[in-house]
Amino acid sequence: MLSIRNLSVSVDSKPILAGLSLDVPAGEVHAIMGPNGAGKSTLSYALAGKPGYEVTGGTATLDGDDLLALDPSQRAAKGLFLSFQYPIEIPGVPALTFLRTALNAQHKARGEAEVSAPDFLRLVRGKAAALKIDFDMLKRALNVGFSGGEKKRMEILQMAVLSPRLAILDETDSGLDIDALRIVSEGVNAMRAPDRAMLVITHYQRLLDYIRPDRVHVLSAGRIVASGGPELALELEREGYDKYEKAAA
Amino acid sequence: MSLGRAIAERDAAALPSRRDEAWRWTDLRGLIREIPPASAANDEGLPPGPFAALAVDEVAIVNGRGPERIEIAGRRHRDMALRFYSAPGAGSHTAELAISVADGASLTLLESHEGASGDYITACALDIVVGAGASVERVLIAADHEASVGASLARVTLGPGARFAQTVLTSGARRQRLETRVRHPGAGASVRLDGLYLLTDRRHGDITTIVTHEGVDGTTDQLTKGVVDDQARGVFQGRIVVSPGADRTDARMGHHALILSDRAEVDGKPELEIYADEVACAHGNTVGALDEEALFYARQRGLPESEARAMLTGAFLGEVVDRIEHEGARGVARAWLAARLEAKS
Repeated sequence: MLSIRNLSVSVDSKPILAGLSLDVPAGEVHAIMGPNGAGKSTLSYALAGKPGYEVTGGTATLDGDDLLALDPSQRAAKGLFLSFQYPIEIPGVPALTFLRTALNAQHKARGEAEVSAPDFLRLVRGKAAALKIDFDMLKRALNVGFSGGEKKRMEILQMAVLSPRLAILDETDSGLDIDALRIVSEGVNAMRAPDRAMLVITHYQRLLDYIRPDRVHVLSAGRIVASGGPELALELEREGYDKYEKAAA
Repeated sequence: MSLGRAIAERDAAALPSRRDEAWRWTDLRGLIREIPPASAANDEGLPPGPFAALAVDEVAIVNGRGPERIEIAGRRHRDMALRFYSAPGAGSHTAELAISVADGASLTLLESHEGASGDYITACALDIVVGAGASVERVLIAADHEASVGASLARVTLGPGARFAQTVLTSGARRQRLETRVRHPGAGASVRLDGLYLLTDRRHGDITTIVTHEGVDGTTDQLTKGVVDDQARGVFQGRIVVSPGADRTDARMGHHALILSDRAEVDGKPELEIYADEVACAHGNTVGALDEEALFYARQRGLPESEARAMLTGAFLGEVVDRIEHEGARGVARAWLAARLEAKS
């Protein structure tokens, strides 16, 4: 599914990722953990194609297709979804309008039929209820005036509606209280599927109590420095990132 | 100095120039060497105007010819389309129209400035007198030809307790000014004065307003938003004067613009002059670029870049459209904006 080889990325000419390699097969959930500044968000932005994240070397493919050659909307249409650490406010665009426009843009790019208004509303109503999102909130401008928890739930709702092949969750737990964390995690777990891969990026082990990863990778100084099963997350929680930062240095 | 006089006297020396403070961003003398010949009468009939779908009574002023006076009587509401139309082959013409709205009456004025073709020059003057307790909403779509030059001036006088709301929408022209002057001599008058410009290519659009509060307890609420691209130039000059004795005036003015290209320009000049007591006045003026973070966010969700830009631009300008009170006119304005955004992207 997702295959990254020796990926190097610079921001403002400063190298952040330095030869990162990673494979996430279909059906699996992988976690990336690492200290602040290790390059976790850079990895997610570079995969999504954010301007300013300059790939200086390596490859990244999704289902064998070169992701790095595509613009961000084409990557989305191929099935890449990034749940933002800090979801953006879009004044003047109701959440429903935004989501329907996005869904139909993806359908169009893939040569699929447009989703009709009734079908769309049915789809969103169901997903919103599961995430305990009040439907009226979807008539408001996307994320404008939403609390941190509401914004994160809106991200998961968008993910559920857009139904991506590869979901990257960037610090989805930050700013969530325990109840919101549980709701969001249930939303994510409901999306586990044999033909979908997920990459969960987090600083803390807490989220992984709710979203059980198949594999855990430690990112430090721009590279994956260790990989293991779920027990690796517990070890990091106990012992911190020190030894990996020293190893990377 | 005025465009109207220059046309009437066929004297280019009477054109306002950038040496006139009020015209320094909308220089006409440097642009026009010679006033084109007077437009001939034209009775060929008009194509449907921007508000045609609303099927309201229509008054047309074609090449400057049409009624000079309209009276709205009685304590009832009327919708009226008012079209200033420059026919194919028009040269230069002026128009003057006085509209009086009787005490307690109510009017929605759906005004359009339309040009069929070519490099015509027009000046139109509109005098609107709004009686005591009367109410007028004016929605102006300036859909002039890109090669045209035009200046319009609306002078609005409000009676006690009168209400005047206005939304000016323009796609600009070769050079264009849309000016509104509102006087509140009566007490308790209320004004909403909004503007929207969406300018591409080398178009120029100038929205100028002067609101003079002369009575007590008046309110003015002003919001103008603009987007300029390519080599276009947007101008907003807004002045609010609170005269001595116009106590307890509450006036707010906002002008916010997005510049989408390095070669586009926005000039904004908000001014408040306050000579009365217990006055609440505020103004805000911002000019910036499209939010790159929002643009990437929308693209990440699947919108191609041009579509994402159009969506965000439309949302930015949509705030002005949403403030139009007349539902039909709001729908027309929304469709007008959507069509302009689509043509752009």
